[in-house]
Amino acid sequence: MTTQSNQLASFDQRDKEWYIDKAIQIIVFMSGISAILFVVGIFAFVTMEGFGFLLKDFSISEFLLSPWWEPTDEDEPTYGILALVAGTASVTGLAMLVAVPFSLGAAIYIGEFASGKKREYLKILIELLAAIPSVVWGFIGLTIMNPLIIAVFDVPVGLNVLNAGIILGLMAAPIMTSIAEDALKAVPDRYREAAEALGATRWQVIYKTVLPAAKNGLLGAVLLGVGRGFGETMAVLMATGHAINIPGSVFDPVRALTATIAAELGETAVGSTHYEALFTIGIFLFLITFIINLTADLIVRGIRKQ
Amino acid sequence: MVTTTEITPKLQVKDLTIRYGSHTALSGVSLEVMPNEIFSIIGPANAGKTSFLKVLNRMDTFNSEMKYDGKIFFNGLDTRHLRNHYALRRRIGVVFPLPVGLPMTVYENVALSPRLRGINNKAELDVIVERCLQRAALWDEVKDRLDSLGSLLSGGQQQRLTIARALSQEPELLVLDEFSIAVDPVTTMRIEEVLKELKEEMTIILVTNLVQQARRLADRTAFFLNGECVEMGITEALFSGEAKDQRTIDYIEGRFG
Ligand SMILES: Nc1ncnc2c1ncn2[C@@H]1O[C@H](COP(=O)(O)OP(=O)(O)OP(=O)(O)O)[C@@H](O)[C@H]1O
Ligand SMILES: [Mg+2]
Repeated sequence: MTTQSNQLASFDQRDKEWYIDKAIQIIVFMSGISAILFVVGIFAFVTMEGFGFLLKDFSISEFLLSPWWEPTDEDEPTYGILALVAGTASVTGLAMLVAVPFSLGAAIYIGEFASGKKREYLKILIELLAAIPSVVWGFIGLTIMNPLIIAVFDVPVGLNVLNAGIILGLMAAPIMTSIAEDALKAVPDRYREAAEALGATRWQVIYKTVLPAAKNGLLGAVLLGVGRGFGETMAVLMATGHAINIPGSVFDPVRALTATIAAELGETAVGSTHYEALFTIGIFLFLITFIINLTADLIVRGIRKQ
Repeated sequence: MVTTTEITPKLQVKDLTIRYGSHTALSGVSLEVMPNEIFSIIGPANAGKTSFLKVLNRMDTFNSEMKYDGKIFFNGLDTRHLRNHYALRRRIGVVFPLPVGLPMTVYENVALSPRLRGINNKAELDVIVERCLQRAALWDEVKDRLDSLGSLLSGGQQQRLTIARALSQEPELLVLDEFSIAVDPVTTMRIEEVLKELKEEMTIILVTNLVQQARRLADRTAFFLNGECVEMGITEALFSGEAKDQRTIDYIEGRFG
């Protein structure tokens, strides 16, 4: 009788463990929320800084469709980002052409073929490559790729889409490899064994079983690379030639959205139209990245549901 | 036991010892399995049954720790120094104790092996898929959901899917490792009936925990215990009191551990 009522009392009483649990829940919740608040705060800041421009001088058709980015023109400044978008898109596109085969190939080799020590060393090497700062890549673009492109293709300047695309591709490849390899590793070995027991060759196992099972993660790796391409600033600033131009070939110099902000923001007066226009580019980049991530998310979800 | 000399055994194992690193899982096993025979291996956990099956189609290559000594002949061919493991594996169908539905549709699970053999004609594949699923007693349950993921079937259904997949190889040797572990008794009986029919077309090695299943199906039975083959003989003889070793008798009568 007494033990029963004691037990009832203890069910109704919050002890130390209960409070610790609650406190930890609250702390974790706060840190999670603060991450979201930061993102929202940054977005709000960027939007506010660009807002003046959006209200006054902004014309959506000029902004999106004009290839002329001439904010410092004395008579008639124009704020068209078409050429900048073309610059960013062409460099990113080329970078993916370079990075996707490289990183998928490397991930398949490391994840499926290399074994033991070789695998461990390769993984460490990839991590090291991923840690190279982007300014170093830009430097390589300037000092190695530039003369190389001039010599090989016999063109006057080597700072162009080709240079930046290759640099950005090499830069994105290690992290893409790393993520793709994680995706391959997440495929359970029993699938490989079951397929091999059917008499499938190593490549058939990879092609028919492992890659389909890992496609979500692989897609994630590629989209991460695309996101990186859009967001990368320093290497692109150094290797593209930084000339406003809608490229007709890979040997044309271009200018990227991010590089424009980085190069011009320091020289504009805070609150000037030019300053606000740069922030509007920031908003645009924000939206693009958001759309890329959202599509990635939807695609991955769609695949998962099947 | 006298083996007729004219017929080549489907499988000949001579003095087989299997090790994982320094741990010996099976030692000194010699046996022969004749064409169109159902040969069963019984024995408690740790007997080395699964390890034995793994070397038959050279799945030991998956595990760098796993090594074997002795000789294994498949159709009279030594399988140790094969130039092409894949060709050997295509002729041996294996059903694992834990079902592995591959992460593709039910249809593709069964069509995979024929595709690997180069059969790509849809009509031909349809026939194979239906026949194999029928034989594995799964067709009625999945015929309306051939396009759903194989890995989403229930455990027992996945088990029968792996049986269908092994049959789709049109193997010469079918190896089943405790196939009934995840299958209900009624379905188990249906599959047992199918195995009796399949015997006309192929050789079957059946590892089973159910001693009575061995008795129902097998022509000959071997009893493995702690990595040794204790006794081997005509199933009916072993089960009707002619077993020589006391440990075999104890195991068969369920007086073990
Ligand atoms: N992958 C492995 N690595 C190391 N040792 C292993 C491995 N697989 C099996 N063994 C060892 O080999 C011995 C025999 O195992 P095996 O799986 O062949 O037994 P079994 O007869 O199939 O048992 P069960 O009836 O439980 O399936 C055991 O001692 C086990 O620890
Ligand atoms: Mg086993």
